[in-house]
Amino acid sequence: MKKNLLPILLLAVLAAVPLVLQDNYYLHLLILFLMWVVIGSAWNLIAGYTGQVSFGDAAFFGCGAYTAGLLATHFGVSTWWGLALGGFTAVAVGLPFGWICFRMRGAYFALATLALNEVLRHGATIAEGFTGGMVGILIMPSFVSKIPYYYIALALAAASLASLQWVVRSKPGYYFVSIREDQDAAESLGIDTHLYKMLSLAYAAFWTGMAGALYMNYMGFIDPHVVFNLHDISIMAILVGIVGGVGTVYGPAVGSFVMVTVQEMFRSGFFGLFKWLGAVSGSDSLVRVAAVLTQAHVLGFGLLVVVVILFLPNGIVGDWPKIRKRVFRLDAGA
Amino acid sequence: MDVFLQTLVAGVLKGGLYALIGIGMTLIMGVMGIINLAHGQLMMLAMYVTFVLNTMGVDPYFSLFVAMPLLFLLGVGLQKFLLNPLIKADTILPENQVLMTVGIGMALTEIVRFGFTSDYKYITTTYSNETFFLGKISFSMALTIAFGIAIAFTVAMFFFLIKTDLGRSIRATAQDKDAATLMGVNTGRITVITFGLGSALVAAAGCLLAPVYYIFPDLGGPFTAKAFIITILGGLGSTVGAIFGGVTLGLAESMGATYFGMEYEDIIGLTIFVLVLLFLPGGFKRLTKV
Repeated sequence: MKKNLLPILLLAVLAAVPLVLQDNYYLHLLILFLMWVVIGSAWNLIAGYTGQVSFGDAAFFGCGAYTAGLLATHFGVSTWWGLALGGFTAVAVGLPFGWICFRMRGAYFALATLALNEVLRHGATIAEGFTGGMVGILIMPSFVSKIPYYYIALALAAASLASLQWVVRSKPGYYFVSIREDQDAAESLGIDTHLYKMLSLAYAAFWTGMAGALYMNYMGFIDPHVVFNLHDISIMAILVGIVGGVGTVYGPAVGSFVMVTVQEMFRSGFFGLFKWLGAVSGSDSLVRVAAVLTQAHVLGFGLLVVVVILFLPNGIVGDWPKIRKRVFRLDAGA
Repeated sequence: MDVFLQTLVAGVLKGGLYALIGIGMTLIMGVMGIINLAHGQLMMLAMYVTFVLNTMGVDPYFSLFVAMPLLFLLGVGLQKFLLNPLIKADTILPENQVLMTVGIGMALTEIVRFGFTSDYKYITTTYSNETFFLGKISFSMALTIAFGIAIAFTVAMFFFLIKTDLGRSIRATAQDKDAATLMGVNTGRITVITFGLGSALVAAAGCLLAPVYYIFPDLGGPFTAKAFIITILGGLGSTVGAIFGGVTLGLAESMGATYFGMEYEDIIGLTIFVLVLLFLPGGFKRLTKV
């Protein structure tokens, strides 16, 4: 129980946030943070626990988003149906893919996921009559206020974390880890590795698809380059997982917080700090630094990948004992 | 028939360049067992080097002599300071090196974007748009020259790998790292050199492509994708396979563009990729055994 205390407390705090904080900007950031918690923990199960690194999370994300959008444009039903069906569409795409591609191991599988995303992106672009092509899909958001979206995102994030915790402590969870550690040994112990890898993929696809459907509902606009985006979705998902901690339940939540903050820091020029400093000191160069920084968020991402992999290969949560020892000079064993 | 022959010629010419891109990738893949997802970005960098030199009046083909050593040094630096330290790190995921190359690729793209903005750049030379005819088939002058140089590099690379001491060490490391270490090969040094060589080869491809293509920072991604399709087609780590893979991809792309439509060009590459993974895992290497 003590172990679960901190997450439950955090959940309570997050649930109370909209009562205090009504600012749309911060609510938007929090919604993004919660969405990335969902995607990050899904990626973490397939990559961190099962050891099948996916470079194509955007494929499932896009499936979910397009399910919601296409239901609305073709059948005229509410996009909220997407939240019920988006995850299943992603699974329906993921399972045949997994059945074929799990014969490959390691880097081969990673490349295949990359290819899946590219195929879907080109497909969505070319099938103009069905998906609207590059024009994308635009819907009217259901709520003006961000608070309903916030609670939906919070519910999704909480549910995905709870299910992740349940899965990794169940029997399949241990099978997943055994596949990651040594697939041949797992196979020889009688684990149907192909089946369990597919299960793991189905789980990841489901939650990523749900996050995609949420994105469609919340943002109100998607096009192939937004949702099937390698850098902004697939790589971001990997970063969230790695920065937070691969193979830990709460790692992606931490990673998501760090990554959304970093992304926004670059986008807004350290929350307008440099612009403000420039205005106060009257120095032009600081204003120019601000302008440069706002363009540099992808560069920041790239450098962050390099730095994190070099110095914190197991992420913030995974390397927490190391950080404690180095930064706070505490003994890890205590 | 003329259309078919023309498509065939265009595909083979493009395939020569693709082969050069693929060999660099497959070398790195073979020796280190990782996929270099910054490969296209390195090529993009070489194209910008060519562009800068061109504004100073240097012919793109002469900039080969600048871009290749530069990229060799960059590759050596990347391998030595960013990728090799990861081998020792104790992590859950063995794919850390691949992720590192993704990060390197992103950083390279954005650094170039800072310097040159996202605008498309062109290198126009006297021979950029020149063509000559054999019968009814037209050959692009620049692409034909590029094809010739690419083949020369490929053959040189081949002899380097088979005949020289260093080449043998590289192949030994690719076959069995531990055994190579036991035989006295400094595998750490070999990986560094290999990454440098791979970068230099893709730099050559960049210089050759520069006069006939447009140059922009995001060019790297699609070419990385092409490079790994070629590598998978040819079989990971196989030099001969990379040549076949490159030509096959070039042919398939131009056939697809002629007979299906331009918008399917990228999909065809990916379809082949999936088909090869399904029906010929291991690529052409399985057929040729080289």
